[in-house]
Amino acid sequence: MSFLQNSLPYILAGISVGGQYALIAIGYTMVYGILRLINFAHGDVFMAAGMFMVFLSASLPLGVAVPLVLLLTVLLGFLIERAAYKPLRSAPRMSVMISAIGVSYLLQNCALYFTGGLAKVYPQLPWLSDTVTILGAVTKRVTLITPILTLVLVIGLSLFIRYTKVGMAMRAVSKDFETARLMGIKVNSVISTTFIIGSLLAAVGSLLYFTNYASVTPTSGGMPGLKCFVAAVFGGIGSIPGAVIGAFIIGICENIIKGLGWTTFSDAFTFALLIVILLVKPTGLFGEKATDKV
Amino acid sequence: MDLRKDKKKDALCTAVALTGMLVVLLIMELTMKSTSILFTVLKKGVIYALVAVSMNLLNGFTGLFSLGQAGFMLIGAYTYSILSMPISVKMGESVYKYYDCAIGIELGIFPSLILAGVIAAVFAALIGLPVLRLKSDYLAIATLGFAEILRAFFQWDAMGPVTNGANVLRQYKDLTKVKIPFTNIPFPPTLFCFLVSGICIAIIVLLINSSYGRAFKAIRDDEIAAEAMGINLFKHKEMSFVISSFFAGISGAMLAMFQYTIQAAQFKTAMTYEILLIVVIGGIGSVTGSCIASFLFIACNEWWLRFLDESSNNILGLNILRSGFRKVVFSIIIMIIVLFFSKGIMGEREFSWARVRAFFRDPFGARSRKARKAAASEGGEP
Repeated sequence: MSFLQNSLPYILAGISVGGQYALIAIGYTMVYGILRLINFAHGDVFMAAGMFMVFLSASLPLGVAVPLVLLLTVLLGFLIERAAYKPLRSAPRMSVMISAIGVSYLLQNCALYFTGGLAKVYPQLPWLSDTVTILGAVTKRVTLITPILTLVLVIGLSLFIRYTKVGMAMRAVSKDFETARLMGIKVNSVISTTFIIGSLLAAVGSLLYFTNYASVTPTSGGMPGLKCFVAAVFGGIGSIPGAVIGAFIIGICENIIKGLGWTTFSDAFTFALLIVILLVKPTGLFGEKATDKV
Repeated sequence: MDLRKDKKKDALCTAVALTGMLVVLLIMELTMKSTSILFTVLKKGVIYALVAVSMNLLNGFTGLFSLGQAGFMLIGAYTYSILSMPISVKMGESVYKYYDCAIGIELGIFPSLILAGVIAAVFAALIGLPVLRLKSDYLAIATLGFAEILRAFFQWDAMGPVTNGANVLRQYKDLTKVKIPFTNIPFPPTLFCFLVSGICIAIIVLLINSSYGRAFKAIRDDEIAAEAMGINLFKHKEMSFVISSFFAGISGAMLAMFQYTIQAAQFKTAMTYEILLIVVIGGIGSVTGSCIASFLFIACNEWWLRFLDESSNNILGLNILRSGFRKVVFSIIIMIIVLFFSKGIMGEREFSWARVRAFFRDPFGARSRKARKAAASEGGEP
């Protein structure tokens, strides 16, 4: 019982962080599935959502601020795609990736400018930030809400991709870009939709994540962003259930490592896991095997 | 015959220009105040030029998209500062406050510099064994991951007796401790940076122009074709990776010399991104481009755009200019370059005397344009 009581907070925190990672990882996996691009700026979009919340909640009531945050983040994701990735559609993959790194640099520097380099205190969300006690472990309510909300959103997204016309178009584009275009699918609008969904989920993820962490800095998107990408690779990039499972595994492992007192290595562990996965099973848990044509 | 003569003439021109540059630098150092921002920019610029060229060797000439440069610089910087720190400092309380120093040897500046590169290269060889089997973006993310692991490792408490944990290292032999051999006269620090970086870059250029360099380019252009021509892919990739890391290690060591203090927290992925942006601005696959771009990048970052950060420069009472605005403007410039001038300053070309001569003969292509127009108006083939 004492073991449970000692380790339960870490496991709970792990599940909660895993859910937040899952919401971000979906953005990576969907974009990679369609554009074959590691969207390095996605972690910074997530950070930007946190910043929007900080600035908007200072002057607006939460009921207005939260929807506005979601809207602004979606707009940001959409604009980034249109401005930085669309002009490079026919360029080599490396230039698009460099453009993504450039956007990430730009977003971080903008955040630095607007915050003056100080960590901003994240507003308390009234119901989510309350503390609750489960089985003797004290935690915030957001810890319990996150996995549930994540699952609901993921199931919704899966249904959307499976049964709607837009979802079908997305699957077609990710299978074969050129053929999809020949079949009359508006590739550009499909890509925009992907970015919109990814940014929306990242915004929800940021609401949950920063409620737990209490402060936002310009660089606070970098590490979670990379970890979520690792989660997406772990689950098999392009696969949504894979990304979710990968994110939960990474979130839980990371917090168990923290619980063991190896905090320095909680980040390093994620990358070690990535390297092992890439060497043993490069396609990840649920990824499709791609064959190179000569 | 004529070609060989031209080549000789070009080599002579380059040698004269480089010596001239070093002499001017020496004169500047002897006459100007050493605290001038110009020297800071020159020193940092040339250090970044070295690491940018080493990254270009990987990304531009071998086609391996690696993002591990900061990690290898970290190894170089730490190796250098630990090895070159005087024994008296190591045994005292001023640096290793919380730990007992485990490494009780002290080396001179040059052995430490070279060992910094060697240790970085050894790590690269180990990391390269598994990682270089991966393709493009997977390779990028795996090398990025390794750099992060290295950083965590160097900050680890258990490594404290060697790396001083997450604390700073200082009082090692920095740039002011460089002496002219066999005398006690301090060596001009900027000149020292230029000499070391220059030699390293020259070695990389020689490598690129050798048969190995041609093999690297073949791998970049088409892996399968290169393999079919009998190039051992893994051997050459590993070689390029190790050599690039060697020089990244040396530049890390020089950065440590330049900064007087070093801390693992500084070598984040953001640093690799900056180096990558330098390579892109200069032109992927151009050594001279990387060098020019690194000076421009550092000068903009540290010097020319400083006025944007001064709130006293605001006009019309607008409060736009304040700390951090410089970086915003700077990153917008970078985005414009990435989006609209994706070839960078030099593209894949190198600086060549032939082009300079052609420029002086025909500035801005005005004459050849006129000639072409005349030919077109005569109805001939353009």
